[in-house]
Amino acid sequence: MADRKLILPDRRRRRLITGLGAIGATAALTGCDSLSRNEQVQGFLNNTQWLTRYAQRLAASRQSLAREFDKSMIAETFRPNGTTNPSNDGYQQMAANNFIDYRLKIDGLVDKPGEFSLEQLKAMPSRTQITRHDCVEGWSCIGQWTGAVLGDVLDQVRPKDSARFVVFHCADNTYGGPVKYYESLDMIEAYHPQTLLAYGLNGADVPVANGAPIRLRAERQLGYKNAKYVMRLELVDSFKTIQGGMGGYWEDRGYEWWAGI
Amino acid sequence: MTESKDVSSPPRADQSAAGHAVIKRHGWATRAWHWLNAVCLLVLLMSGLQIFNAHPALYWGDTSHFDSPLLTMGAFRGPDGDPQGAVRVLGHQFNTTGVFGLSDLNGEPTQRGFPGWATLPSTQWLGMGRNWHFTAAWIFVPSLLAYLLYTLISARRRRMIFPTGGQLKSLPATIWHHMLFRFDHKRDYNGLQKLTYILVLFILLPLMILTGLTMSPTMNAAWPWLLDVFGGRQSARTIHFICAFSLVAFFVVHILLVLVSGVFNNLRSMTSGGYRIKQPRNNSEHSARG
Repeated sequence: MADRKLILPDRRRRRLITGLGAIGATAALTGCDSLSRNEQVQGFLNNTQWLTRYAQRLAASRQSLAREFDKSMIAETFRPNGTTNPSNDGYQQMAANNFIDYRLKIDGLVDKPGEFSLEQLKAMPSRTQITRHDCVEGWSCIGQWTGAVLGDVLDQVRPKDSARFVVFHCADNTYGGPVKYYESLDMIEAYHPQTLLAYGLNGADVPVANGAPIRLRAERQLGYKNAKYVMRLELVDSFKTIQGGMGGYWEDRGYEWWAGI
Repeated sequence: MTESKDVSSPPRADQSAAGHAVIKRHGWATRAWHWLNAVCLLVLLMSGLQIFNAHPALYWGDTSHFDSPLLTMGAFRGPDGDPQGAVRVLGHQFNTTGVFGLSDLNGEPTQRGFPGWATLPSTQWLGMGRNWHFTAAWIFVPSLLAYLLYTLISARRRRMIFPTGGQLKSLPATIWHHMLFRFDHKRDYNGLQKLTYILVLFILLPLMILTGLTMSPTMNAAWPWLLDVFGGRQSARTIHFICAFSLVAFFVVHILLVLVSGVFNNLRSMTSGGYRIKQPRNNSEHSARG
């Protein structure tokens, strides 16, 4: 009986279907751009990253390693992206002196704030790994990184229990803009065994184009997390008050803080 | 309720043809799922093209061999000095000005892979494209997995999707009939339909999801076998792209067949559920089928 009812208002149904289809198509074509500019929509869509983080943290253990590759896979030139030569005088002077004056400051929620010279970082136990760098744009590049394990460095400054994130403050003004690049990792990624403060690339010092003298390697995250020209680590319980408050230069510009995918 | 009235009233054009019956072809869950998928897949495709435009090139293997891509889209100056859009595939170059490589965006010729009308958002905005993509994926993937699981465990759905021996044997005839645009309107899907749905549901869509996950550095650490199965992150990205356009091809054929094999009957079956078939009405049978 229900079947009978289905056929009766056929002409009206056809008009309705055609009408709805036309409205839907028009809305889809014109609506998505205005939706994309709506802050609430942006916030909603951006928030699915926390679901992704939760799911990926379930799938990947704290210690699960990024794949390491054979020497033969190393790219001839490691493709630089973002800033390739910070133009400010402070950085230029330091680079001219071969970074002898470089000091990595570590402060914030730590018991023993400190400064580390390049010498001191190189004197610590090192790790060398041939890994794949995955840019958010879609390309990949393989390089051999050598550096101090970030977890070891953090142990020396003794993070307080309230520390939840490590914020990496950098020397470069991205694209010559007014603000300095910065990034942040939570303590799980910061203490991952492959997370390095890297000073070596392919057996030599990290070139300026790739982040000299110190570049972060967070191998389970996309390229923009791997901050170059790292000058200062700040341990915080929240990054809400730093720059745009989203935990990183690109995060402040709509990219996800969780850069695992 | 209205059975007696129906019998006594003069027959209408729609129901008078002898040997036709209207069955309930799709339940509400299938219909809702279908349209949810339609929206999700459109968002996934268009935001995917936005993401692709951030680096409009494809490679094979673990990493990007920038000097030997499989495919690139870009703009360059032609012999007359005017900018041209081009697609290069395996060393062959095609002039695609206006569509790929170089197209008008808000009235300005712009260098980009796919044109603005095909991407979400229309202008270059990778961060927003990613947000759309992953949100749509979070809606699409769980509902697909639930559907596939249900299809595998329900005997009724297995009958609906998996072809019978007879259907497989008459496959050449079915293909021939489709080429002649002769369509049978029966209660069940035909063999060709079933094989197509199996290809899409059990091969293409799972491949999309798995190759998508293979591009995630965290998933590479969690499930390193993904890299072995697909031959590396860049291969996975290329397969993701190829599968996406296989789905576009499915969509084009799907729409074409919906149009030529009785557009309103088909649309009705996917909106209110009713579908007219060439078969006498038999109440007991379709009530059993739900």
